[in-house]
Amino acid sequence: MRIRLEKRLTPSRFMQVATPVASVLLTMLLGAIIFQLIGFDGPRAIYETFVTPIVAPYKWQDVLTKAAPLIIIALGLSLGNQAKIWNIGAEGQYILGAIAGAGAAYAAPGAPSLVAIPTMIAAGIVGGMVWAAAPAFLKTRFHVSEVLSTLMLVYVALQVLNYMVDVPWKDPNGHNFPQTAPLTPAQSLPRVLPGTVIPPGFVVAIAATLIFWVLTARSVYGFSVRTVGAAPDAARYGGFDASRTVWSTLMISGGMAGLAGVIEVMSQLRLINLGFPSGYGFTAIIVSFLGRLHPVGVFLAGLILAVTYVGGQVAQTVVHVPEATAGIFQATMLFFILASDILVRYRVRVIRDAPRVQPAEAVA
Amino acid sequence: MITRRTLMKTAAAGLTLPVLGRGAFAAEPLKIGFVYPGPVGDYGWSWAHNKGRLAMDEALKGQVVSSYVENVKEDASAIPIIKDLAQQGNKLIFTASFGFMDQTIEAAKQLPDTKFEHCAGYKKADNVGLYNERFYQGRSVVGTIAGHMSKTGVIGYLGSFKIPEVVMGVNAFTLSAQAVNPKITTKLVMIDSWFDPAKEASAAETLANLGCDFITTHTDSPAALQVCEKRKIYGFGQGADMSRFAPHAHLTAIEDNWGPYYISRAKAMLDGTWKPDDVWMGFKEGCVEMAPYNKAMPDDVKAAADKIIAGWKDGSYDVFTGEIKDQSGAVKVPKGEHMKDADIAVMDWYVQGVQS
Amino acid sequence: MLTFIIDALVTVVGVTTPILLAATGELVVEKSGVLNLGVEGMMLVGAVTGFAVSLTYGDNLGAFAPWLGVLCAALAGAASSMLFAALVLTLGSNQVATGLALTIFGIGLSSLIGSGYVGTIIPAFDSLFPDSLAGDPMWRVVFGYSPLVYFALIMVFAVGWFLNRTRAGLILRAVGENDISAHSIGYPVIPIRYAAIAFGGAMAGIGGCYFSMVMTPMWAEQMTAGRGWIALALVVFSGWRAGRLLAGAYFFGVLMTLELYAKASGFSFLPSQFWAAMPYIMAVVVLAVISSRGVAGSEAPACLGRPFMPTN
Repeated sequence: MRIRLEKRLTPSRFMQVATPVASVLLTMLLGAIIFQLIGFDGPRAIYETFVTPIVAPYKWQDVLTKAAPLIIIALGLSLGNQAKIWNIGAEGQYILGAIAGAGAAYAAPGAPSLVAIPTMIAAGIVGGMVWAAAPAFLKTRFHVSEVLSTLMLVYVALQVLNYMVDVPWKDPNGHNFPQTAPLTPAQSLPRVLPGTVIPPGFVVAIAATLIFWVLTARSVYGFSVRTVGAAPDAARYGGFDASRTVWSTLMISGGMAGLAGVIEVMSQLRLINLGFPSGYGFTAIIVSFLGRLHPVGVFLAGLILAVTYVGGQVAQTVVHVPEATAGIFQATMLFFILASDILVRYRVRVIRDAPRVQPAEAVA
Repeated sequence: MITRRTLMKTAAAGLTLPVLGRGAFAAEPLKIGFVYPGPVGDYGWSWAHNKGRLAMDEALKGQVVSSYVENVKEDASAIPIIKDLAQQGNKLIFTASFGFMDQTIEAAKQLPDTKFEHCAGYKKADNVGLYNERFYQGRSVVGTIAGHMSKTGVIGYLGSFKIPEVVMGVNAFTLSAQAVNPKITTKLVMIDSWFDPAKEASAAETLANLGCDFITTHTDSPAALQVCEKRKIYGFGQGADMSRFAPHAHLTAIEDNWGPYYISRAKAMLDGTWKPDDVWMGFKEGCVEMAPYNKAMPDDVKAAADKIIAGWKDGSYDVFTGEIKDQSGAVKVPKGEHMKDADIAVMDWYVQGVQS
Repeated sequence: MLTFIIDALVTVVGVTTPILLAATGELVVEKSGVLNLGVEGMMLVGAVTGFAVSLTYGDNLGAFAPWLGVLCAALAGAASSMLFAALVLTLGSNQVATGLALTIFGIGLSSLIGSGYVGTIIPAFDSLFPDSLAGDPMWRVVFGYSPLVYFALIMVFAVGWFLNRTRAGLILRAVGENDISAHSIGYPVIPIRYAAIAFGGAMAGIGGCYFSMVMTPMWAEQMTAGRGWIALALVVFSGWRAGRLLAGAYFFGVLMTLELYAKASGFSFLPSQFWAAMPYIMAVVVLAVISSRGVAGSEAPACLGRPFMPTN
C-alpha cells in the first residue's frame, strides 16, 4: 500500500477554496491546544483573537481600518506573484507613497480639497511606483533578484523616512519632535465615512478588489501575467514579453503599496512620525498567499488577518498572551495554506497492491 | 518565569470579570490602564513604568485595579488599543511614550469621559494631562562623576534619536562634566533606535575605541554596560539599576521612579480632584533617583555627586545656567541666566565640547 | 595608530561574525538549489535557545554550559529549518512564501519562549585563550575572540573546500545546477536538499546565538534586528562562492562599523541616516554588478528556487 501523488489535469477548485478555510480552522485548533499547554487560557486566547473582532461591533471599525491597507497592497502583490515576480519590498513602497503624498500636501498648502486630495493620492501612487522602479530596472537590465533588491530598499526607505521627519519636514511647531506638521482638514480624509464605521481606505479596497478581479479574470493582461509565471517559454511564444511583465507588475504593486501608504496618512494620524511603518507591506505578502493570489481571496484573507491583529491586541489585554502571538498565528495559517497547496495541484491516491490475477486455464 | 506566568493568569482572571459583567458591580475599585511601547521585561523604560504601576497597586490595594498593554507600536494602531482599555472600564489611562502623543489626543477626543495622561509629549486637551521627568538632572550627576574620574578627558553618550529629550541629556552630561574638567569633550553616537542590543554594543565599542573611558546611554538595554565591563571602562545604567550586568563598570544609574507620581494621580482620581496638568518632575519630587554608588567610586566623588543631587532638591543648582555656548561658539544662554523650561523642552542644539 | 586599527578590527570582527555564520549556512542551502528566506527567524530561534540552555545549565555545567548552548542553538535552528524543508521539498510549496512564513514564525516563537528570560544574564562566551594573550592590547586581535569567531572562519574554509574539492560537494552542486539530470543519474536529490537545509538552519542558529551569548549576553526580542536579511544579501553578493563570502561579509562589517565611527567622530557633513542606509545601498549596487556579469561572475545555481517534482 502506497500513497501516490497524481497531478491533476486542472487545479481543484474545491481545494482552492477549502484549503484556506481549513488552514484558518486548523490554526485556531492548534493554537488553542498549544497555548493551553504552555499555561495560558488557550480557548479564550483563540476566541479573543479570532472571534471577538467579528462579533463585537465596536471592533469592526478597527478591523476594517487594518484590513484596508493589507488588501490594497496584497492585490498588487498577487498580480506579481502570479508571474512569479516576488516584491518583498512593499513596506518601502508604502513608506515612499506616504512621503510623496505628504510632499504634495506641503508643496501646495493652501489648495482646496478638490485639488489637494486627488493630487496627494496620485503623488502617493507615483511615489510607490518610483520606489519599485529601481528593482524593476535592476532585474530587467542586470538580472538582479527582485527579492533582494526590493528588500534592501525597505531599509533605505526607513532611513529616508527618518531623514524627512528629522530635517526638512520636521514640524516647526512640533517642539523639535521628529514628526511632520499635521495635514490640514482640506488635505485629510475623514477617519470613517460619516454615519458608518467604514474607513475611506476600505472603500478603496473594495473598489480595487473589483478592478483587480476584472483585470485578472477577464483581461488579456491578466492572462499574460499568469502565463509568464506558469510557463515562461510558452509565454514568450505567445508574444508576452517577460521584461514588460516585470515592469508592469512591479509598478502596479509599488503603486498600490504607495496608495495604501498615502491613504493611511490622510485618514489616520494625518502626520508622519517615526512609528509610521506598521509592517503592512510584509503582512500583505501573507494575505496574498492566504488569498491564493485571487482578488476575492485576497479581500477575504485581508479581513482575516486584520481580525488576528485586532484580536491579538484584545487577547493581550484580556488573556495576557504576549504580543508575539498574533505573529505566530499568522505564520501558522500561512504554513498550513502553503502545505495544503499540494492538494490543489495533486490528487492523493492510495494504491493497494493489485490482487494476483489467476491465468485462465488453457482449454484443452 | 513560571512565577510571572501565574501572575499573569491571576491578573487575567481578575480582568475577565469586568469584561463579562460590565457595570454589574457597584463599588468597584478604580480601573487604571497603562500603555507601554516596549516589553515590561526590557529592564529599561517600560520596565520602570511597570514598576511604578505595581507600586501604585500596592499602595492603593483594594481601591485601584490596573492593567497594561505592552509592545504597543507607535503608529495609528495604538488608537484602538487605547480605546480598548477605556472600553474595558479603565477611567484613567497613562500612555508611556512620546510616540503615542497624537494617538492619545485622538482617543481622548472620541472618549471625553475618560481621563488620559501622556508621557514626554506636548499636546494637551481637556481630558489629557502631560507628565515627564527631568532626566537631565540625573545626567548632570553622572556627568559630574565622569568629570571627576575620567582620565582620558573623553566621555561617551550613546543616544537614540535627535529629540529634545536626548539633546538635553547630552548637554547636561557635558556641561556638568565640564564644570569639573573644562577640557572634557563628549563623543555622541545616535543609533536611531531605542532598543537594539547588538547595535548598542557596537556603538559602545566604537566610543571606547575612540578614547571614551566613561559611557552613558540613552537607549534601553544594558548592552553598552556589558561592553564597558569587558573593556574595563566605566558606565552608567539607564532607567534601572543595571549593576548586575556590569558589577565593576556600573558606577550608578539614573532610575526612573514613576511610583510616587502614579500614586498621587490615582489618589487625585479617587478624590475627584484630577485635573489635566503639565508636570516635569525631578529629584525634588522623588521621581528621579540615583542607584547606589559602586564601591569603586572614591569618597570625594560620591560627595560631589551627592552635592549635585542636594542642589537640585533645594533649588540651588541648575545645570542649565549661563554662560552656555553652542558648538559654533555662539552664546545661547547669557552668564548667570537660567534656561527657561520652555527652551529646555525644545532643545535641538548641542553645547560646545560635544562631538556629533 | 596601531591601537586604533586593532580596536577597529576587533569591533568589525564582532559585527561580521554572526552574519558570516548565517550566510555560510545559506550558501550551502542555495548551492543545493533551495532559497530559504527564513534566516532571520532561524537565527532568533537559535539565539533564544542558546541563551536559555546556557542560563539553565550554567550552574550545573559551568564552563561547558555555553558549548551546550551553542549545540542546542544549532539543533533548534536545524529543527526550525525542517519545518521549511518539509513544506518545500516534500510538499512542493512556494519557497519564497514558506521562507517568509518561517521568519515570521521564528520571530514570534522566539519572543514567546524568551519572554521569561528578559532581564537575566549569562557570562559571555568569550575567548578561551589565557588572559595574557586574549587581553593583551596587541594580541587580542588574534586571540581575543569567542570560539564562535574561529568556528565561523573555519567553517567558511571548510564549506569552500567541501563544495569545490570533495565528491559530495560536487554532487550537491550538481543537484543545484540541474536537479532533473542529477535525479536521473541516481543522486538522491531530496535527501541531499534536506541535509543542506538542516545545515543552513544549524549555522543560522549558531549565528543567532552569537548575539545572545557573545555580543550582548542577554535576551531581547528581535535582537538580531534584520541581520538575517543581510546574510541573505551576502550570499548573492558573494556570487555563491565561499571565498568571496568571507570578503563580502567583512566588507559589510566594515561598512556597518564605519557608520558608527563616522557618527562618533562627528562627521556631520552627511546626514546620519545616509550612513545608516549605506550598507543596504551598497548591497544593491554590488548585486547589480555581480548579477549583470552573468555566468562568468556568479555561480548561481540554475535550479535556485524551483521546486523539484520529478515526473513519476
